[in-house]
Amino acid sequence: MTRQEFQTLTLSNGLQVVVQPMPGVQSAALSLMIPAGAVLDEDGKSGTTAILADMLPRGAGRFSARELSSRMDNIGLQRSVSGGVRYLTISAATTADRLADAVPLIADLVCRPHLAEDQFSAAQGLVAHGLQSIEDDPRQLLGQKLRGCSYPRPYGNPAEGRLQDVPAITIEDVRAHHEKFMVPGQAALGVAGNISLSQLQDVLERELSDWQSRPVMLPPATPPVPAPLHVEHDSVQTQIGLSWESVPYPHERYFESWAATSILSGGSSSRLFTEVRERRALCYAVSASLSTQADRARVLGYAGATNDRAQETLDVMVSEIRRLHEDLTEEELLRCQARAKSTLIMQQESTMSRAASLARDTLYLGRAVPLQEIRAKIEDLTIDRVRNYIVDHAPEQIVLVTVGPRQLDATCVQSPVASV
Amino acid sequence: MQFYHRTLENGLDVVVELNPSVHSLAAGFFVRTGSRDETAEVAGVSHFLEHMAFKGNERFSGDDMNRILDELGASSNASTDQEVTNYYAAVLPEYLDQTMELLAAMMQPSLRQEDFDTEKKVILEEIGMYEDQPGFTAYDHVMATHFSGHPLSQSILGTNESIEALTSEQMRHYHAAQYKAGNMTLAIAGNTDIDSLMEIVERHCGGIPAGKTERSAPAFQPQSRLHMVHRESSVQQHVMQMGTAPEGDHELRFAAELLSVVVGDDSGSRLFWEMTDPGFVDCADLGYGEFDGAGTWITYLSCEPEDVEKNLQRMQAVFDEVNADGITEDELEQARNKVASRVVLRGERPMGRLSSLGNNWVYRGEYRSVADDLNIVRSVTLNDINALREQYPLTMNTTVGVGPRDALQLP
Repeated sequence: MTRQEFQTLTLSNGLQVVVQPMPGVQSAALSLMIPAGAVLDEDGKSGTTAILADMLPRGAGRFSARELSSRMDNIGLQRSVSGGVRYLTISAATTADRLADAVPLIADLVCRPHLAEDQFSAAQGLVAHGLQSIEDDPRQLLGQKLRGCSYPRPYGNPAEGRLQDVPAITIEDVRAHHEKFMVPGQAALGVAGNISLSQLQDVLERELSDWQSRPVMLPPATPPVPAPLHVEHDSVQTQIGLSWESVPYPHERYFESWAATSILSGGSSSRLFTEVRERRALCYAVSASLSTQADRARVLGYAGATNDRAQETLDVMVSEIRRLHEDLTEEELLRCQARAKSTLIMQQESTMSRAASLARDTLYLGRAVPLQEIRAKIEDLTIDRVRNYIVDHAPEQIVLVTVGPRQLDATCVQSPVASV
Repeated sequence: MQFYHRTLENGLDVVVELNPSVHSLAAGFFVRTGSRDETAEVAGVSHFLEHMAFKGNERFSGDDMNRILDELGASSNASTDQEVTNYYAAVLPEYLDQTMELLAAMMQPSLRQEDFDTEKKVILEEIGMYEDQPGFTAYDHVMATHFSGHPLSQSILGTNESIEALTSEQMRHYHAAQYKAGNMTLAIAGNTDIDSLMEIVERHCGGIPAGKTERSAPAFQPQSRLHMVHRESSVQQHVMQMGTAPEGDHELRFAAELLSVVVGDDSGSRLFWEMTDPGFVDCADLGYGEFDGAGTWITYLSCEPEDVEKNLQRMQAVFDEVNADGITEDELEQARNKVASRVVLRGERPMGRLSSLGNNWVYRGEYRSVADDLNIVRSVTLNDINALREQYPLTMNTTVGVGPRDALQLP
């Protein structure tokens, strides 16, 4: 694995910049994560972040929406502005020689958006349309509901907003969200590609130095939406969502939890794929993945099965989750390690995925982490450590959310002790 | 970047693009068979067979296949469409030998009865999953309606009834007819050396039976048709439209791709500014689809049910303007820049190169490097766009609606 060098810079306003030069590629990508996500949406105004994310490109600095868009297109800039739960993230990529030209445009969008009155109702309409389309897609609907039942409020807020809240949001709410929360102090910019910090430093300082910081207080956590939760939906399949507690990315046992989840659902020989799909053919899609915020994490499980087979699917999934520590083999861990190794090495071929990791590591761990360090941690794992982790963190209560025509019997997700 | 084309004795085409600056390798079989090559009795067999390929051969069981792929750290999958079934894996170069052995095993699976019976249930679940997604429902119906009477109308997944009725004997028969070396292209992109690669390929793939089948491509004339799929519970109305565009080997296909970016890309396009940006719709876009002997314009619109007519009119107005007056040099240049940057970014990963490498060979027997693609994108002119408007205007023959509406008034 190629040894990685990072170049770092902290601007006077506190923005942390990390650059990873990748000489083998032609492109360069950036990822700017700003802690202004939906967790900060006011109660009753869920969707403020989503509207803000939609409005940022609708005119900024000296440019109208169309001018901004055509300038970005002319430098071949692929970009997205997405409002997440914790972070509002701006990602962009193009050929490396043109990334510096993108910085002033992105700086306009972040620091100097017009947030004009006459663009507001269109943005509000689009966010509402997006929410309606989630209503028509049972799998997405499930994901949204599952996060709400899994994380304490407001940390399980839907990034896309709530349909019933959107009409109450005003342009003033959006402007206030931008002014109060889109600040550089706890933000990070990751850049990866055929580029070095020296090519970006001047333009970053010039364009971003008047971006002012101010302290942001995170709201207190209150209990999540109660589960089990069932959402009526006229569909052929029942969507099943499960979640249970895990340890977050900065935690010392994170890689043990990663391996546990990977043994459960990481590849085509994983427990869930083998037992639910290959042996019993209960469904087409079944999975479990780690979802981590900076200081809390969950494993999210998913399956979609036709209504008559949904109960058995749920029962088998839960039984596999509960018996994960049984008959763990060295080979299962070796397979996870092999898959991790190739995933990490292939990440070196993607500037976009490296840029995102740099920004995330900077925010969650306080520094960019070389891939070889992650690889060493994964290779150091032993099956005993993984088993101990699973036993120590065995889920008592599993959160269950279903979307479909009929509610399922939730007995299997109750704490095994309580149900005796 | 170095390109090689070799043909094994059994007729298997092997196309290889070596790139010493990447870390991995992607390999894939592109089998020239899909739903259009099926008869009605076996509708969905191509896709079902793709699943069965992962159940192994005489040497490997399905569990072995799954386990070894994970041991190699392979990211592997397969896909089936109307014309091509694709099996692929991305791995680190040191695992090439074992990866090729498994991919070659997928080309000659045992098709055991027990596996067949189990996997049939998974296929029925997959059909159920797509049925719950209005976009997929609309696509299936728009293809069936637009290509009515032509093999491209045939559904990729088949139906619950056709899959229930399918026997392993029928699948064996289909496999024997279609999975011949002359119907396959093996594409490999990434970091390795050609001599050891070819030795591995010959050792694992030399046993695939020789032969080639011809595909029927009857002429057809799409009629104007409107087809509604009623879904009372749907919040939005989903509308897909289809018209005739240049076929897969037409010289104007690059112009068609660029025009679809100018008119219907998901951001910065005419439809975006007229419909999405003002908040009239959830989504409104135009795409270009290439097939063997056919081509399509395809639009997708989703919005509130009562706004469909107004939005279809807006879309029609955009098309009318392009058909009458064309586009500007600025718009074309922007589209060139967008597409060029996509080509470069996608081309940096072996997995990104694989589909272009394989499909160019399957469809046209040609190789194009990233540099060739960039040159082609750069060389499309307004004259090409004008010739395209002349021959393949943005005119939609077929409309399919999925949602609460029973009827639609077309503009």
